[in-house]
Amino acid sequence: MNKFIRMLRLGIKSLLLHKLRSALTMLGVVFGVGAVVAMLAVGEGAQRKALDEIKALGSNNIMLSSKQNADDAEATTTSMIKTYGLLYEDEKRILDTFSAVERTVPTKDLRKVTYFGERSVELRIVGTTPGWFELVPREVIAGRVLLDRDMQTSANVCVLTESGARKLLAASSVIGESVRVSGDLYQVIGIVQNEESSGGGRTPDSDVDAYIPINVAKERYSDLMIRRASGSFSAEQVELHRILIQVKDLNDVESVAAGIERMMKTFHPQGDYDLYVPLAVLNAAKAQASIWKWTLFSIAAISLLVGGIGIMNIMLASVTERTREIGIRRAIGAKKKQIVSQFLVETVVLSAVGGLIGTVVGPAIALGITAMSGIDTVVPMYSIVLAVGISGGIGIVFGLYPAVRAANLDPIVALRHD
Amino acid sequence: MTDTIAEPSPAPAPDDKALIELKGLRKTYQMGSQQVHALAGVDLRLGRGEFWAILGASGSGKSTMLNVLGCLDRPTAGTYMLEGQNVADLNDDALSEFRLRHLGFIFQSFNLIPQLTVQENIELPLYYLGWEAEKSAERAAELADRVGLGDRLDHRPNELSGGQQQRVAVARALANDPPVLLADEPTGNLDSSTSSQIMALLDDLSRQGKTIIMVTHELDIAEHAQHRLHMKDGLIDRIERSNGYE
Repeated sequence: MNKFIRMLRLGIKSLLLHKLRSALTMLGVVFGVGAVVAMLAVGEGAQRKALDEIKALGSNNIMLSSKQNADDAEATTTSMIKTYGLLYEDEKRILDTFSAVERTVPTKDLRKVTYFGERSVELRIVGTTPGWFELVPREVIAGRVLLDRDMQTSANVCVLTESGARKLLAASSVIGESVRVSGDLYQVIGIVQNEESSGGGRTPDSDVDAYIPINVAKERYSDLMIRRASGSFSAEQVELHRILIQVKDLNDVESVAAGIERMMKTFHPQGDYDLYVPLAVLNAAKAQASIWKWTLFSIAAISLLVGGIGIMNIMLASVTERTREIGIRRAIGAKKKQIVSQFLVETVVLSAVGGLIGTVVGPAIALGITAMSGIDTVVPMYSIVLAVGISGGIGIVFGLYPAVRAANLDPIVALRHD
Repeated sequence: MTDTIAEPSPAPAPDDKALIELKGLRKTYQMGSQQVHALAGVDLRLGRGEFWAILGASGSGKSTMLNVLGCLDRPTAGTYMLEGQNVADLNDDALSEFRLRHLGFIFQSFNLIPQLTVQENIELPLYYLGWEAEKSAERAAELADRVGLGDRLDHRPNELSGGQQQRVAVARALANDPPVLLADEPTGNLDSSTSSQIMALLDDLSRQGKTIIMVTHELDIAEHAQHRLHMKDGLIDRIERSNGYE
């Protein structure tokens, strides 16, 4: 131990003899490590962001939604009423077939102008079941969510999302007030937070939702929807707009999704549905973010490599300069491995100190990137460990050749060197 | 002053005094297609505590002789026994260890390490012997005193005169207390007055029982040695001995 400290001191001393040279050499490693840490932080930030967005959808969930086919859309001229989409039967069939399914939540979605006194706003009326609030868990800001008894009594109640409520009710104390949707009154029983952040648009909730019991929606608005627009008239019949499926175990999500896909193909050969599996998207996003991250890492690693080559270059020059010293040490009785260690200590000190400074510079660069471009960056612990490890390794790898070269000098020749 | 005959006569074969024994020692270099015999078969016995000078024209093999004796170079053929050890049997590590424990070097150009202080230069062999810092500092101070440079421990070689540098080199050569000192033209870079200081130091060490082998081409310097080996074409030409030495 004592010996090691003396060796270290000797190394540091000889590095300090050429302060500028040592500092410049170290700078290569500082920026190499800094770049690695910063790039990993950018990659990690992108990855976390993608994951957070998709996680908001619920990784245990599968979403089925009705879709009007392009073929059908063309056929509108011949048929007055278009019938497509998910059926009440589909939900029952899924529940009966897949034991891994925890629950299903059906929805009927309608866009309706909603009034409160003088104010009006177009809301998405979502007829659903209390299960919705389990699958799409959002903070309850006031009041309560839909309960089973609302279903049983076909209560004319609604739960609003926060931004919808704010648009409609402004500052009024809202719970207990009634809002009017095409002639029908609904008592507001609660307000839930809406998921604002997600830009993907695949979250099941929107920011202007009004949740009402599905049986009320079915009774009042039926399955047939008639639209009048600029003199033309269209009607479509859709039983369910969406079925949200929650799978008990995360591991079963993909197999259940595959099963549902097969089932839907059988019963809906016309393809009037859309299957969305957040987990699959999550995995794809993870894989992509990972590729992105390691690409950035590789590019940054090149600068670390350049730093390492800088060290090697300087050490080779140093060995040449100190040939006579090496000869003297060898003549006195230094073994080859002692000469190797002497030079190796110098390169490892250079690269390790450079690496440590780099772990400060790296996060600073990451902060700078965030400040200037708004890109999220996260400096993960492993990137620091990795960078310091790599820089230490670079010291050894790039220091070894000059050190071995020094040790292998013939002492007689080295002593004669000027 | 007598001459010739390689072996001091009366001693029995496993002589305690025979510190160094060379038998048929050869060193051959390949220079292109030509073989150069730097040492062409040397037989020699050196006793413990003797002071030897090796003389000869350049190319006579005296430098090679010193390199081989100094365990910096291995003979091509023949045996070199030092303290009962056949040097040819040692690998590079063992050879280094052997130099560390048994030999001290004094060079014509002093060969101090410029970035180290006087003290650190003297301590160098102790560093490789693994001495504790405190103990080796003590030893360095003691040796610096002995060569008259006790007040220069913190100086660097370039702050010293040539004679002072060579005295530091002598102190360094003595640090590991080796039985054999090898000096390669120790006064070659010094003026006559400093030369005589260094030679006085060597005479002193010789009297204290160190075995000294010195390569020189100056006859008056060689006079300090009791045994003077003249080399020619890689062979011993003749050996002169001072009165009273055989």
